[in-house]
Amino acid sequence: MFLNICLYLLVLSNFLLLGTARVVQMTKYTALQGFLLAILLFHFGHTVLTVAVLLIKGLVLPGLLWRTLKKMPSEALICPHRLVAIDVIAGMAGLAFAIWLDGRLGSDLTHNLFPELFLPLGLTTLFCGLILIIGRVKAITQVIGYLAAENGIFLLGMPLMTQGTTWFELALLLDVFVAVFVMGIAINRISDSFASMDVDHFRSLRD
Amino acid sequence: MLIALIAIPVITGLVMIFFGKAWLCRLLLPVTAILHTTLTACIVREVSLGHTPTALSGMLAPDALGSLFLAIASLLFLVVSFYAVSYLADEERIGIHTNILLDHGHFTNQPERRFAAFLCFFLASMSLGTITPHMGVQWVSIEATTLSSAPLIYFHRHKSSLEATWKYLIICSVGIALALLGNILLSVAFYSKEAQVEGFDQVAWFVAHAKQANPTWLIAAFVFLLVGYGTKMGLAPLHNWLPDAHSQAPSLVSALLSGALLNCAMLGLLRGHQIMQAAQLGDLSSKMLIFFGLFSLATAAVFIVGQGHYKRMLAYSSVEHMGILALGIGMGGLACQGAMFHALVHSCTKCLLFLLSGNILARYHTYSSYDVRGMRWTMPWTGALWLAGFFAIAGSPPFGLFVSELLIFKGILAQGSTLIAVSYLVLLAIIFVGLSVACLRMVQGSRPLDMPKSPQEPLLSVLPPLVLALIVLTLGLWIPDPLWHFLERAASLVG
Repeated sequence: MFLNICLYLLVLSNFLLLGTARVVQMTKYTALQGFLLAILLFHFGHTVLTVAVLLIKGLVLPGLLWRTLKKMPSEALICPHRLVAIDVIAGMAGLAFAIWLDGRLGSDLTHNLFPELFLPLGLTTLFCGLILIIGRVKAITQVIGYLAAENGIFLLGMPLMTQGTTWFELALLLDVFVAVFVMGIAINRISDSFASMDVDHFRSLRD
Repeated sequence: MLIALIAIPVITGLVMIFFGKAWLCRLLLPVTAILHTTLTACIVREVSLGHTPTALSGMLAPDALGSLFLAIASLLFLVVSFYAVSYLADEERIGIHTNILLDHGHFTNQPERRFAAFLCFFLASMSLGTITPHMGVQWVSIEATTLSSAPLIYFHRHKSSLEATWKYLIICSVGIALALLGNILLSVAFYSKEAQVEGFDQVAWFVAHAKQANPTWLIAAFVFLLVGYGTKMGLAPLHNWLPDAHSQAPSLVSALLSGALLNCAMLGLLRGHQIMQAAQLGDLSSKMLIFFGLFSLATAAVFIVGQGHYKRMLAYSSVEHMGILALGIGMGGLACQGAMFHALVHSCTKCLLFLLSGNILARYHTYSSYDVRGMRWTMPWTGALWLAGFFAIAGSPPFGLFVSELLIFKGILAQGSTLIAVSYLVLLAIIFVGLSVACLRMVQGSRPLDMPKSPQEPLLSVLPPLVLALIVLTLGLWIPDPLWHFLERAASLVG
């Protein structure tokens, strides 16, 4: 029951991410996803990882994004509403596809390994992240999309985690942290150089 | 020895960041490279004798395939480190630069110590990726190559390099994230309550237990590994970041990206292919590699013909050669041995050409091959080497790429795939024509009237490319037996 509530909240956070045009709000939903992942890890008994995920995905990474946003003018932090609507529809299609795929792949192996709803919801989170990367035009929403996609993959890997693989999960978290840190620096440079965070200003490198 | 291979560049990089005067960075780069190459030579010797050096409870244990790519990365870094001494001195002398591509705005470079330090971190992450048999550690190291090379691409702090860096970061990070999903699916395919992976040698364990794997999940895992690592190695249609990053990075960074990094990314893909073959699913993974290989060749042919930007042209040539590698490995047998040799000679040749493109850019201040004329008069050494490099990269005799491409062609014919062989030859011919038009135009003609008489070319800007040209030429005329046996051992793991 508890597990299912967390998973439903995770789906909700995905659609909140896709359904909001305000980047500041999206940062809060990213933090929410981090908290939910930490709770799930705690549920599975991974104490060290719970603390690490809570710190990195729940606090530090959203904090980094928040710091980046503070330097931007508020009008630069709204995504076009037309794109938001398209993203939500694409997200729903992603959810439907993930449920269909779960039905197709269902076997003893998946039932033994993945708790109910884990596989379709992990895939949905991944799809929502990819939709944000492709569907929005702002550099920062691409980073949020990357984080969401990574959260989905993390969720899919959760049933395979053992005490022996904690070092690997920590290395993975460190990698994601450095990636978002480097992307944050790049976003600051983009807003300084282009006076905008929109990646559709990137037109100088074409064939 | 294996730990030192990673620790030396990391420690040197940290020293550069914290105490990095320009002279110290320029001294430490070649010293680090020499130490790294010496260690690499010892490791390759051990592996070629049939031993497997191990460290950290088996987390570091290179096989023939990994050692081959380690040797390539180390050799290129050695050559590039000497070139960097001259390059960095030149950049410091110029100070404030002009962006010739976009708006002619002025820009300054990143601090030299940061650039030199990230070069060392880049070397360390590539080394880790090649010597570990653990697919998770390999994934972490390949992501680390992205993060350590992004600041290198943004060395010239202007809009175009920022655009290229952003595309590189996002596309490669997402691609690599999909490769992580591939790794997870691989673990799902092998999941069993009775048998768990023992130790760090995941590849060997997966290969040994491949017949017990769930085929559906294994195929799904390979598809994600192909998409993920294929993005990083520049296979079409996943190559979008590659021409931008290679054209905007400093030439010595482009040389390392193209010659060393793409191979390291390919290693991740080859591990997946190795496991698929052990699970009797090799036919399917081979077909996928052949498809992406031919598609990359066709894409490169389209974009190379009429390409005016000579660094982008070299970048598309990398897409072509990654396609040739995928095709050769997919065909297996002799073609796979040819592909291993191709990886070695392509890396040397592409590094040579990118280093020379840096000399051309510094002299002519343009990326356009239409505006570069009379190189044989203005920069005779660079001009001659550029011509040799063109013949080498286009697969002409007597250079090494002629031999490797011929071996792959013979391998394809030996498999009875006439249609693939014909497509391969036709696409190579189109690319040859496309490259020759631009490269020959740049060397020929008279010196531009507004260009002052050429000063002597700095020794360190022509000596490293000259060494590479001699290696490619020698390997075209004679492949030493120990090298060939080593390549055969590497090829036997995947084909």
